[in-house]
Amino acid sequence: MTERATSESLKADVAIIGGGIVGASAALFLRRSGLSVVLLERNLCGAAASGVNYGGVRTQGRAIAQLPLSLRARSLWARLPELIGIDGEYVPSGHLKLARSQADLHKLETYRDAVAEHGLDLQITSGSAFRRAHPWLGEQAIAGSFCAGDGHANPRLVSPAFARAAQAAGARVIEGCDVTELVHTGGAFIVGDGRSVTVRSRWLLNCAGAWALNVARRFGDDAPMTSIHPGMAVTEAVPRFMDLNIGVEGGGIYGRQTARGNCVMGGARGVANGALYGVPTARSIAELCDRMAALFPALAHAHVIRFWSGVEGSLPDHHPVIGPSPTTPQLIHAFGFCGAGFQIGPAVGEALAELVHHGRSSVALDAFSITRFHTASSSSSTQGAH
Amino acid sequence: MIVGAGPAGMRAAEQLVAAGQRPVVVDEGARHGGQIYRQPPVVMRRERRDLYGFEAGRASAVLDRFDDLRSQIDYRARTLVWQIEANTLQLLHAGRNHGMHFDALILATGATDRVLPFPGWTLPGVYTLGAAQVALKFQGCLIGPRVVFAGTGPLLYLVAWQYASHGGQVAAVLDTASASAKWLAAPRLLARPAVAMKGAYFVARLRMMGVPLHGGVTLIRAEGADRVTALAWRSGGTSHTTECDAIGFGHGLRSETQLADMARCAFDYDPIDQAWLPTQDSAGRTSVPGVYLAGDGAGILGADAAELSGARAALAALEDLGIAPAEPQGAKRIERALHAHATFRRGLETAFAPPERWAADAPDELIVCRCEEITAGELRACARETGAREMNRLKALTRIGMGRCQGRMCAPAASRLLAHAAGCELHEVGRLRGQAPIKPIPIVMLHDRAPSTIVPEDQDD
Amino acid sequence: MPLLYRIESAPRERIAFELDGRACTALEGDTVLTAILTQASALRRAEFSGAPRAGLCLMGACQDCWVQLADGERLRACTTFVEPGMRVRTGAGG
Repeated sequence: MTERATSESLKADVAIIGGGIVGASAALFLRRSGLSVVLLERNLCGAAASGVNYGGVRTQGRAIAQLPLSLRARSLWARLPELIGIDGEYVPSGHLKLARSQADLHKLETYRDAVAEHGLDLQITSGSAFRRAHPWLGEQAIAGSFCAGDGHANPRLVSPAFARAAQAAGARVIEGCDVTELVHTGGAFIVGDGRSVTVRSRWLLNCAGAWALNVARRFGDDAPMTSIHPGMAVTEAVPRFMDLNIGVEGGGIYGRQTARGNCVMGGARGVANGALYGVPTARSIAELCDRMAALFPALAHAHVIRFWSGVEGSLPDHHPVIGPSPTTPQLIHAFGFCGAGFQIGPAVGEALAELVHHGRSSVALDAFSITRFHTASSSSSTQGAH
Repeated sequence: MIVGAGPAGMRAAEQLVAAGQRPVVVDEGARHGGQIYRQPPVVMRRERRDLYGFEAGRASAVLDRFDDLRSQIDYRARTLVWQIEANTLQLLHAGRNHGMHFDALILATGATDRVLPFPGWTLPGVYTLGAAQVALKFQGCLIGPRVVFAGTGPLLYLVAWQYASHGGQVAAVLDTASASAKWLAAPRLLARPAVAMKGAYFVARLRMMGVPLHGGVTLIRAEGADRVTALAWRSGGTSHTTECDAIGFGHGLRSETQLADMARCAFDYDPIDQAWLPTQDSAGRTSVPGVYLAGDGAGILGADAAELSGARAALAALEDLGIAPAEPQGAKRIERALHAHATFRRGLETAFAPPERWAADAPDELIVCRCEEITAGELRACARETGAREMNRLKALTRIGMGRCQGRMCAPAASRLLAHAAGCELHEVGRLRGQAPIKPIPIVMLHDRAPSTIVPEDQDD
Repeated sequence: MPLLYRIESAPRERIAFELDGRACTALEGDTVLTAILTQASALRRAEFSGAPRAGLCLMGACQDCWVQLADGERLRACTTFVEPGMRVRTGAGG
């Protein structure tokens, strides 16, 4: 997919900056509705947050405003092979969110009641019934809220596959293209890397992830996005003991076991490693290991093979920015997923395609408008995400 | 702090002590010596001449010197550095983890064999040349009574001769490099005439012992059901099968660079080592202030050069810290001596170049990543079907390098396969990005640290 | 049939340990790898294929020689010295 043409001048209905799961799925859905697309990715598609996240395909725990998108995404995940040609190791394993105290349990119950009327069905077990059902969980787990429609997948496979599917559908995907030229003039966008690629398009989608403000600000849009670096660990393969995707109320650890037996765990915190990467801190690694050992006694003798992190754009209200720019017509933003973009990614891509093609999306996006923050680039509360 | 207690680490420590410092030397091994001068457990009471042959004098000099300085060194044996963060190393020893701050860090992490595998290499009884040597030196064992040695590199002949001299039956020595390559290299090899002569001596002795020596060999397959029983190979158009109880193989050495990577040193592709190495100036300074390199962990030059570069790196660290060294002209003297080693090294790479046809010849069913059991065919299919032409992308899609060894054994082979499949040069496929821990660590560790509060993470995708 | 072949060395203390339920002896100074492979031909079964493995590098780099003890503990056989009473499980049938 990497294109290294001597010099190219391209025209398309839509230019997309950012080849993660959001940009790539948008490219795919745009092609399916017959529009021409050029996708520009600085590095390799699906190699940033979209490719290194935990792999949770999860609706439970999301704020109510995200449920319509998330439930819409479920139907897309269910037909993943048809969309991207591979199963991406997607397993509808269910998500069990644990309570470690009565206060936790109360929160789970409150959430269950709140989301019931929004189409999310959660089953809570506690007490001896819970312990009997999950004897492999550490004693601190006293109850759990189970969401049957959730699951997990392998982001390293899924995200690049969306880009390949978009390309197979006729999108022009250009990797290794660091967009520096960004202009809106005479009803068209001119975007390019200032060297070998220039694209002229009617629409521009800003799907540049944690670095999306670099694009937004060029058009006078802004948001108080910061970078976070969730830290992960993966163990050696151990005999299978866990079929569910596990999270805890209050955060700090989440985990799943792959078909091969490795346990993928998250909950550590990292710091930036240059502009493009993240790395977990030693202290947070140590804390995560302690929590792993406590919650999963079967891992008592297991070894961690690898820790890693990435770069996620985070917004203070824990919702992404999705929607049209208030300053620039035909510019649409979709970024800042706060570490929870993997599951809803395909639905966001579909919504972006609908916005372009029909002028509106079937799922309401008002809660995610960038206008909920100051939009002037002179906003004092912004902090660049690099 | 110094990581590694081989010749580089030991000489670095010596220089620091001479300048009045008390260095911390962190060593994964049980005793100092590294691999080349690996010392067996004390109870085995082996003679130095028996262990190190021609190198006994050099080995004794550096091992004994370190012993003499022990009281002035904070030596941490059986300790793994598994992560580096800012100026702190994470040390794991006997199940206990703690962080240690450094003002200067000298990485003397040494090397392993470069592995270009052949089908059947995962069978019990197939070991690297380095392993064959460790078995003999460190445990007083042969990897088998009847051994075939294969691959290329000076180590091939050295280990074969060591086995033959210790009562092992060497069934054959199979060099994938050709005789003509050695002639081409001859001028550069004369940069270190004593070493070149030793090599010739090993070859002559093996011949006199009646060991079959072959060059220009292509390794085909290790045969056997649950353990190796023979090695099939080809030379000059003729196929052969040599029966054996064990195989020792390797194609030169490969620097252990994970800690340099973790310390955020810049890397560059080195065409002599055909590997990505952390960059360094002539004194061993890396791109990161306060971090230095020494020995084979930063490019293969051998044990004698390692002693020199270890001392040189220590002198650079002292200079940068504003501490006067014991001998003011030491640095210049060392850099001059290192020059001959670099020339010799280029000669070795010409004489013992890894087989260029290795990737083209590798059959699809060859297991390349033995940790995750990924075959050459799977790697090729990925390159073909996804257009992958970069190592981290290949890793993400095929799991190569995701196993316990984190690419140590499979990266040279996988890189060559990817470059061949993608139709590009070896350096163009890049290198696997290193991540902590550099070796598997237990989840359950005791920690010496203060607990902190959990920051709730309500996103867990 | 064992893989590793001892050559002459100074006499050493014997160390009693258990290999796949069988009482065995090794010598003081043996690594777990040496202790096992001087009387058996495999350390473990590979996780995904079940094929027998006996290590590769003997210097703690390849990570091929991890073995399990009866109590579930895991250790790297080439860098761990055998201790009296160790109960090693290879799952490889000797």
